[in-house]
Amino acid sequence: MEVNEIIKPENLVYEKPRLMNENPMHYCPGCSHGVIHKLIAEVIAEMGMEDKTIGISPVGCAVFAYNYLDIDWIEAAHGRAPAIATAVKRLNPGKMVFTYQGDGDLAAIGTAETIHAANRGENIVIVFVNNAIYGMTGGQMAPTTLEGMPTATCPYGRNIALNGYPLKIGDLLAQLEGTCLVTRQSVHTAAAVRKAKKMLRKAFENSMAGKGTSIVEFVSTCSSGWKMTPEKANKWMEENMFPFYPLGDLKNKE
Amino acid sequence: MAEEIKLMKGNEAIAHAAIRYGVDGYFGYPITPQSEILETLMAEMPWETTGMIVLQAESEVAAINMVYGGAGTGKRVMTSSSSPGVSLKQEGISYLAGAELPCLIVNVMRGGPGLGTIQPSQADYFQTVKGGGHGDYRLITLAPSSVQEMADFVGLGFELAFKYNNPAIILADGIIGQMMEKVVLPPFHTRRTEEKIIAECPWATQGKTAGRKPNIITSLELDPAKMEENNIRFQAKYRKIEENEIRYEEFQCEDAEYLLIAFGSSARICQKVVEIARMEGIKLGLLRPVTLWPFPKKVIAYYADKVKGMLSVELNAGQMVEDVRLAVNGKVKVEHFGRLGGIVFTPDEVLNALKELIIED
Amino acid sequence: MKQEIIIAGFGGQGVLSMGKILAYSGLMEGKEVSWMPSYGPEQRGGTANVTVILSDDRISSPVLNEYDIAIILNQPSMEKFEKKVKKGGIIIYDGYGIHTPVKRTDVNVYRMDAMDAATEMKNEKAFNMLILGGLLKIVPMVKLENVLLGLKKSLPERHHKLIPMNEAAIKKGMEIITNVQMCQ
Repeated sequence: MEVNEIIKPENLVYEKPRLMNENPMHYCPGCSHGVIHKLIAEVIAEMGMEDKTIGISPVGCAVFAYNYLDIDWIEAAHGRAPAIATAVKRLNPGKMVFTYQGDGDLAAIGTAETIHAANRGENIVIVFVNNAIYGMTGGQMAPTTLEGMPTATCPYGRNIALNGYPLKIGDLLAQLEGTCLVTRQSVHTAAAVRKAKKMLRKAFENSMAGKGTSIVEFVSTCSSGWKMTPEKANKWMEENMFPFYPLGDLKNKE
Repeated sequence: MAEEIKLMKGNEAIAHAAIRYGVDGYFGYPITPQSEILETLMAEMPWETTGMIVLQAESEVAAINMVYGGAGTGKRVMTSSSSPGVSLKQEGISYLAGAELPCLIVNVMRGGPGLGTIQPSQADYFQTVKGGGHGDYRLITLAPSSVQEMADFVGLGFELAFKYNNPAIILADGIIGQMMEKVVLPPFHTRRTEEKIIAECPWATQGKTAGRKPNIITSLELDPAKMEENNIRFQAKYRKIEENEIRYEEFQCEDAEYLLIAFGSSARICQKVVEIARMEGIKLGLLRPVTLWPFPKKVIAYYADKVKGMLSVELNAGQMVEDVRLAVNGKVKVEHFGRLGGIVFTPDEVLNALKELIIED
Repeated sequence: MKQEIIIAGFGGQGVLSMGKILAYSGLMEGKEVSWMPSYGPEQRGGTANVTVILSDDRISSPVLNEYDIAIILNQPSMEKFEKKVKKGGIIIYDGYGIHTPVKRTDVNVYRMDAMDAATEMKNEKAFNMLILGGLLKIVPMVKLENVLLGLKKSLPERHHKLIPMNEAAIKKGMEIITNVQMCQ
């Protein structure tokens, strides 16, 4: 078949989401962020909400999320995204508002903001990328780092006596009256991606229906921080992360 | 209009003025001596009338970040606190300045350092006008000395903040916050519509419409060359504010041989000092900076050539006096008098200090 | 005319609210007014005081060196404020709270047994209005009708039914104030 034949619109089977621009991503090979960005871009476009969406980007690897999705963004200080989203949504109730946060951002420095925004039942979506490590600062221990898992600040593995336990923040958030959806997803297989997208869409719909706070946790890899190949990282995640952070809905209020 | 004259505390005046000036949102956390601001707003329920949002945040940190978020969408938003709480807000204030967002912050100062006391103080002058948070930035600083000005400066603060896309702060103290005086509240202004906000603040994150680039509110720029450009732009803006927005008040300065320099409640006490001194035959005047940044350097330099000495009177250990000395540049003697940690000086104490430190020296 | 007044006593005696009603009365009279409390933990059982200024002209400092009138409702306040009354000024004290009499001879001194009167009226909350009545008898700085208007302004509407009781207390206060000493 000629090239001209192949690129005919009727032969199109897959395309880059409309809201993702041409900027080359800074994420490492195998990183989950790119796929999660894509899902958000697809859901917003499919809902026809691109002109009404405001994203709150975090500190961490996703600090430059605003460079890749062509929507309006506010860049937050470390951990403060849920407080920012609270005001954005309350002052602009017709907008669709989400935060995009990593584990250190959401479950360490921003724990108070996360819990209180969720407890107030703010009509926002919290996208939570849990890869059990601080990626951008060079692989330090996160609140969600597993027991025995080595990082730059626990080089001999997380020691419970010294560092306490990995924080199951999703389980904690599911206990709050203000949350309507707390779900744990992953994007390591095509099937997982499809499922995650469905829950992401549900979360965004909840926020516009005024149902309360929706949290979509993505159990993710950090091949650079974990010092593994992307393939090995996926396998390690399945064997170690999933048993401690099992996938599925922690809460799904209809 | 007579029925519009009310008697209220400075803190209450700020709350009522915020509703009437068409403020979109207030986010705060209780702390003495300014809790009446949040309490009054909650009692007035402006969300039922003007549509203003009022929210008690989980911390001062969250409150200032709510302000950052609201300001990012082009709304008129504000917060208030007292010294220890304002220390917590410094992170957010630095981000607001770095992202060039307009907003209004209120600090009703109390004695410190640390948890300190709940009594009035002016010890946050340095924190407010010299930085406080990290990085090279400035806050437009208004120092009210009456309950009326507590109300008026809400309007002025927002006007200046939006004129320059920069945070403005009302630096008050426990006396002005807690005392009751007559006040004429502003008329009700309607809040701006979304269309008006988009027209007036094209940078606001109101949702990316077709035909424009995404709006991104950020203070981050990892390329140092571009970050320097940003800083140069900020500095140019600050110079413009220094040129255009200096405000001060003079009391009996024309023939003065000695000058008191004081702001806020200290300036009220110093007016009485001038009255008493004049009765004793001392030609004393008072210069009251209304904007602490930009600081009224030129007028102080002008009087440096005319008077025999100046006394900077502050409820702190000597902070504004440094700026007075910079303005005077050694031309005339400048001393400081203050009481610390929540103690307020009486007019007599100030007059005695003037005699000891300036006149008889 | 200018009246610079300190009202000082224990928290719970209605010191701040008496000052507030006086300030509102001044407002209704068309005067310049300022009300400055000594606020804080003192409001909860310690000493509490408030400076009230009523003036025909603009008020400069809310913080004063000395006062025209001191209303002293407990012993610690006597020790603190007796010396801060202007020569020829006025001290009004409540007989119940004061153990040592006024030492100065260059001031006018009035005594009220307002605590006893309030107990007699079976209304301890009338205490501060009794005192206010005594003050207005000695120095009629505001008209009674303006005090009643001031009460209306300063009290929330649900408490307006208490205004007649307050009026009665003010009038009673005017009767029970007695002169102890005229200034020499």
